[in-house]
Amino acid sequence: MRYLPLTQEERKEMLQSLGVDKIDDLFTSIPQQMRLNTDLDLPEPLAEAELVRHFSELASKNNDLKSSVSFLGAGSYDHLIPSAIKHLVGRGEFLTAYTPYQPEITQGVLQSIFEYQTLICELTGMEASNASMYDGASALAEAALMACAATRRELVVLPASLHPEWRDVVRLYLESQNVSIAYLPYDEATGVVDAKAMEDISWSEAACVVVQQPNFFGLLENVGVFKKVAEESGALLVMAVDPISLSLLKSPGELGADIVVGDGQSLGNAMGFGGPSLGFFATTGTKLIRRMPGRVVGETVDTDGTTGFVLTLQTREQHIRREKATSNICSNQALNALMAAIYLSLMGKEGFKDVGYQCLQKANYMKQRLLEIDGLSSPFSAPSFREFVIEGDVDWEEVNMRLAEHGFVGGLPLERFGQPGRVLFSVTEARTKDEIDSYVNLLRGLIS
Amino acid sequence: MSEQLRFTKEHEWLLVKGDVIRIGISDYAQNELGDIVFVDLPSVGDTVEEGEGIAALESVKAVSDVYSPVSGEVVAVNEELEDSPELVNESPLDQGWIVEIKVDGVAQTGDLMNKQEYEAFLKEV
Repeated sequence: MRYLPLTQEERKEMLQSLGVDKIDDLFTSIPQQMRLNTDLDLPEPLAEAELVRHFSELASKNNDLKSSVSFLGAGSYDHLIPSAIKHLVGRGEFLTAYTPYQPEITQGVLQSIFEYQTLICELTGMEASNASMYDGASALAEAALMACAATRRELVVLPASLHPEWRDVVRLYLESQNVSIAYLPYDEATGVVDAKAMEDISWSEAACVVVQQPNFFGLLENVGVFKKVAEESGALLVMAVDPISLSLLKSPGELGADIVVGDGQSLGNAMGFGGPSLGFFATTGTKLIRRMPGRVVGETVDTDGTTGFVLTLQTREQHIRREKATSNICSNQALNALMAAIYLSLMGKEGFKDVGYQCLQKANYMKQRLLEIDGLSSPFSAPSFREFVIEGDVDWEEVNMRLAEHGFVGGLPLERFGQPGRVLFSVTEARTKDEIDSYVNLLRGLIS
Repeated sequence: MSEQLRFTKEHEWLLVKGDVIRIGISDYAQNELGDIVFVDLPSVGDTVEEGEGIAALESVKAVSDVYSPVSGEVVAVNEELEDSPELVNESPLDQGWIVEIKVDGVAQTGDLMNKQEYEAFLKEV
């Protein structure tokens, strides 16, 4: 839609057809004393060139990834994004289509979603994926609700090693639905949940047990421990996974997950100061698939036998059987999901594996280098993937401020999550050895 | 056997066995729905109120609820339907039964139709 200013002539014509003389006459129902009788306190309009200059000045105050080297992760990651993605998703057919409300007429959009779902299924080892959700945290909350509906139980078991902000989102979704939450403590020495943590839960009431892989501290959980209690108690196993880690780890399908969710930002989506992102959601089995929230695109044939795409299993959705809907989500993050699909296609099986391998190698290289600094230690012994926690008698907020002057965005200080002296670093394939070495040397100079 | 069945205006049938009532859908209903591809069954132990949805039949055309004609507790579900939902089409009055409900008190079947009455009712539909 274009923005076309009205001419005086057009305005007059419109007012005439409404039977009023001037625009103010349209607001006579608002009492005089309630009206603002002065102009709004706004600056004068700017010409295009002035406007561009003004906003460029404002934008230059942002510290972005073009001007900084970032070791910040904790849910949003600085992975390399092939520039082809921007050009492909920028096509009008994709950019303007949004979620398919008149779906079958937009076969191209449906096909792109179908391809996305196929890639998510291959990545997770599950049978069916939906068309995507808002983000990883809300996808996890929906998974918990789905588990409650499928098992008719009202207890959700979360690990204390789950991202604390994801935990808050899940709690927000569940508290209004009379679902209780129980927490599995993690072992202070390893940083992951072990079999001992499973003892104090009333498993017969549990709808699901959640495991985040890798967990908030970047550590690899022993999924078998979670699978065992799920199997024994009839609770569903919900895995919240980082998609990049699936390039190296066994798929959740192989590990016996019932529902798999995660945040897809890592897959070709910019960090964008925190969003927008996409959540992926996949499950397995005819019964669970029918309880899956969100839209699903299916492949079919028309009356002539030609392949086509449709929204399928729509009776789970609120616009068909509102009272029976599995969720109130009736949208998806189509463009972000498309970026994820293009990313996975461009990387290919080998390239994607290489991303995971480089994350693992570079993160562990940096961890070793940091541990060479006197006074720094690693509080957790479990193996880590792309993120790791470092501990020391250091004011990490202060360190971050000082190193920002050198163009570095440091790790996330965990003090706000009740762990003073600890910091969470993230190292992706986008970091170079030089960047890591420079950061470590600057940090050594600052705290030694 | 179909002589013992009692039918509702919602095209469900009931078979009374003491205080347990077996419920399914009529041949007319399965024909109207078309090929059944999935049956969403309740769990044994669920309590249901009269008029409440107890199961959902997903056909290639639509999803339709099966309403409980009685109040009580689900004591059995036809697990065969999980893998073979087509039994509802092939044998609606026998192998395609859906649930069994143990009724509270005595089953009230007085206002239900027998086979002849139901067939007459279908002619008016």
